[in-house]
Amino acid sequence: MSATVLIVLSMFMPLVAGLVLRAFDKEPNIRDGFSLLVAVGTFACVCSLTPMVMAGERPAFQLLEMLPGLSLAFEIEPLGMLFALIASGLWIITTVYAIGYMRGHHESNQTRFFTCFAVAIGAAVGAAFSANLLTLFTCYELLSVSTFPLVAHHQSAESRKAGRIYLGILLTSSVLFFLPAIVWTWHLTGTTDFVAGGILMGKIPDAAVPLLLALFIFGAGKAAVMPLHRWLPAAMVAPTPVSALLHAVAVVKVGVFTVVKVVTYTFGTKLLTDTGGSVWLMYVASFTILASSVIALGKDNLKARLAYSTISQLSYIVLGAAFANELGIMGAGFHIAMHAMGKITLFFAAGALIVLVHKTEISDMAGIGRKMPWTMGAFFVGSLCIIGIPPTGGSWSKWYLLMSAADANVWLMGVLLISSLFSIGYLMPVVTTAFFKPLPPESDHDHHDDHHHEGSGNVEYDHILCVIPPVLTAAGCVLLFLFSDQLYALLEPVMAANR
Amino acid sequence: MIDHFPAIQVALPMIAAAVVVIVRNPLVSHLIATGVAWISAVIAWTLLQSVLASGPISYQLGGWAPPTGIEYYIDPLNAFVLFLVSGIAAVVFPFAGASVAAEVDENKHHLFYACLLLCLTGMLGITITGDAFNIFVFLEITSLSSYALIAMGRDRRALSASFNYLVLGTLGGTAILIGVGLLLMQTGTLNIADLHMRLEGAHAASKTVLVALAFLTVGSSLKIALFPLHAWLPNAYAHAPSAVTALIAATSTKVSLYVLMRFIFTLFGTAVVFDVFQLQRVLLPLAVIGMFVGSLVAIYQTNIKRMLAYSSLAQIGYMVLGISLVNESGLAGSIVHMFNHAVIKGGLFMVMAAVVLRTGSADLSAMRGLAKRMPLTYLGFVIGGLGLIGVPLTAGFISKWYLVLGAIQNGMWLIVAMILLSSLLAVIYVWRVVEVGFFEEPDPEAPEIKEAPLSMLIPTWIMLGASLFFGVMTDTTAGVALEAARQLMGAP
Repeated sequence: MSATVLIVLSMFMPLVAGLVLRAFDKEPNIRDGFSLLVAVGTFACVCSLTPMVMAGERPAFQLLEMLPGLSLAFEIEPLGMLFALIASGLWIITTVYAIGYMRGHHESNQTRFFTCFAVAIGAAVGAAFSANLLTLFTCYELLSVSTFPLVAHHQSAESRKAGRIYLGILLTSSVLFFLPAIVWTWHLTGTTDFVAGGILMGKIPDAAVPLLLALFIFGAGKAAVMPLHRWLPAAMVAPTPVSALLHAVAVVKVGVFTVVKVVTYTFGTKLLTDTGGSVWLMYVASFTILASSVIALGKDNLKARLAYSTISQLSYIVLGAAFANELGIMGAGFHIAMHAMGKITLFFAAGALIVLVHKTEISDMAGIGRKMPWTMGAFFVGSLCIIGIPPTGGSWSKWYLLMSAADANVWLMGVLLISSLFSIGYLMPVVTTAFFKPLPPESDHDHHDDHHHEGSGNVEYDHILCVIPPVLTAAGCVLLFLFSDQLYALLEPVMAANR
Repeated sequence: MIDHFPAIQVALPMIAAAVVVIVRNPLVSHLIATGVAWISAVIAWTLLQSVLASGPISYQLGGWAPPTGIEYYIDPLNAFVLFLVSGIAAVVFPFAGASVAAEVDENKHHLFYACLLLCLTGMLGITITGDAFNIFVFLEITSLSSYALIAMGRDRRALSASFNYLVLGTLGGTAILIGVGLLLMQTGTLNIADLHMRLEGAHAASKTVLVALAFLTVGSSLKIALFPLHAWLPNAYAHAPSAVTALIAATSTKVSLYVLMRFIFTLFGTAVVFDVFQLQRVLLPLAVIGMFVGSLVAIYQTNIKRMLAYSSLAQIGYMVLGISLVNESGLAGSIVHMFNHAVIKGGLFMVMAAVVLRTGSADLSAMRGLAKRMPLTYLGFVIGGLGLIGVPLTAGFISKWYLVLGAIQNGMWLIVAMILLSSLLAVIYVWRVVEVGFFEEPDPEAPEIKEAPLSMLIPTWIMLGASLFFGVMTDTTAGVALEAARQLMGAP
């Protein structure tokens, strides 16, 4: 198949599938099977594009001209390739997991759930493949709108409020900052295309560089740089598969992906280092890393703690981009992959705890590791990946980021080290509580109102659909450590362009 | 035949109106009106293509050469507006059937369609004519038929709304008449192109011209419903029969805005209006205030037709803002937003017409859980709402792009922020409705509600489909708007 067909398929299969799914509202088995099939198909298309990009090709495709001189167009470069691979690959595993979770949890409106999920993935892949800022912005907004029903899924007062915060912050920031940044760029350069090495060099007064960068950074509210981070903890009311794939991988990564992409392909790292336009961002990102780590330490609700951990880890990526040197970009690209794999593992495990034993608070999890060794074992490996300890992939990204800090701003190496300690501090207690604290004696006044356990004291601890996904992604964390040279080879050209 | 298209464009609906009154049969009247609207749209499309391909058309009515005779003058700007008006009519007229049957007494149906056709005649006439006095005449035809249309529903409140509109509309019309009279006094001509030539040089900065400009601006601003001259609009939109609201909201303020543009750019010229008299200093603040007042008041409305009416007030602010930026991008944004907003708001009012037909109310409380019962209609509201907000892939985004670009080109960063902030207010009032429809349970005692009939669904979705289509295919909208803006801003 030609590259164009593959690009179209990998974006539009999920989008169209979302609509087709509605037809199978009454046939959950067909609907979920179809979801899985599309996920596999999408991943296959994305995969078959990879060798071309690795070989140095840049498959491109123009969909239509939206405004005179401004197109909806797609062109695959290494960063986008990487992001699309992660999003579509993890979609398969998440679909398996979601089928188990949604059924096990007796969720309502499952068709709407899978529909919006598919559309969101299509939008994420579209964002990954964008050839210009306008296309990226379009996919970005499509992603915000399509994930709103997922956040507000339970339709309760609480989830509606969370939905409002979610859409409110994401739409406001993107419309108020991202859009004028794009129009300004268009006004300055007459293009919004992504060009290796940037388009703004010589077109923008030095003093305006930090300002335009700020519009982009805070416009990409999905990157959750403080103070625009509130939407992410709010989004945790969503069913766990949503938190896992969208709020640890697809949505947040579109945010940081935008940041990295803008730094490398719109500004160009040279412009930023020459003008010092990104120095302020180093400090803002560092503050976000530390502040959200401290907040994470204080959260007893596991999903809330993971959410603040995500905010912190996202700013690692932003920090790498702010360093604006080749290692920083490499570290940022690596961390997009590593954090995705690690954090999705943690969320899978957290979701398994909710659906199987109904535990959401860390203090209630004493001894649970002995009952659920696989799930909590995977949680442990995922934690290592987030902290950055071998043999997990996270150690590579932290390594590059440290090296990059040594070049750009030695003092900020300290931030990276301290925050690694923090991440040990907020992740490891979960593991130790689960494995080393004794299981409390079975209380007979089980307060859970969930009906399918009523009467039977027998809790199923290891449901197959809740065990396999976290174990697979945990294995992925280790594989990423072992095969990091492939990742390096993929991202090499981005580095070369910023040398 | 094709040579006489400009005359047929106006004459056909006028003759049809008379025919409809004679026929008296509701069904036949409806069919005639629909057919005429379709033919009008085809004629307008042909004219637009012809103007784009081979330049402006001048048509001399009765063969009397201007400035003595009346001239119809068509350039890209009014060809575009002609297409807009007749295109909207072509979708709304077939749609009107079910809604009118429910909201208007049967013995008035033929009169209703006659008024609808007269209203169309007036709007097409205002747009096509190159004669300042002629504009006033057609304006009165439009207004009189609109007053009748608004008052024709069973809702008694429509009568006071219509009376309100009558008083204020007459004021506006009179102001325009006085303005035209002053110009005639100063120059001795009524032909717009001729007026422009005579106003150049000596007369340009005279007191008479200034007063004429003031009267014309105030008169058309009243018709546009530019803040603070908007008092007639919310009630008129809220209480008129739903199909009438869809037509008037989509077209009549746009045509008035076109008149303002024609006066400013063609009659007086940018040099007189913006350099000598500095009109932008008045229009810009009013536009911005209108944007915020309209959106903020919309947030607190419980009647959704009223809410959409206040939203129109805000959207009108955008269009006037585009004019007062005094550059090509801003003006193009204004022109393209006329079109895009007409399509979006027309679609939304059509959705509300379907809701009113099925639930009997336009109140927010009547829309609880409606998304389950009328899924296609309600999805329509979401699409239209996203267009109002200006999300990419909808037509609203295109308008916003050019307005923001125009403001950035002027270095007006505060205005950029204002445009974007006020568009975010739309998120609030749109999302309120979306949440109620999707996330709340319907009243258990409410009677069973069916999806809207196909005769309404199909036109509604054509309109909303257009709002998506023109969000990605912009040759005919942004392309023409840019060309029109270039000609208006360029040397005369």
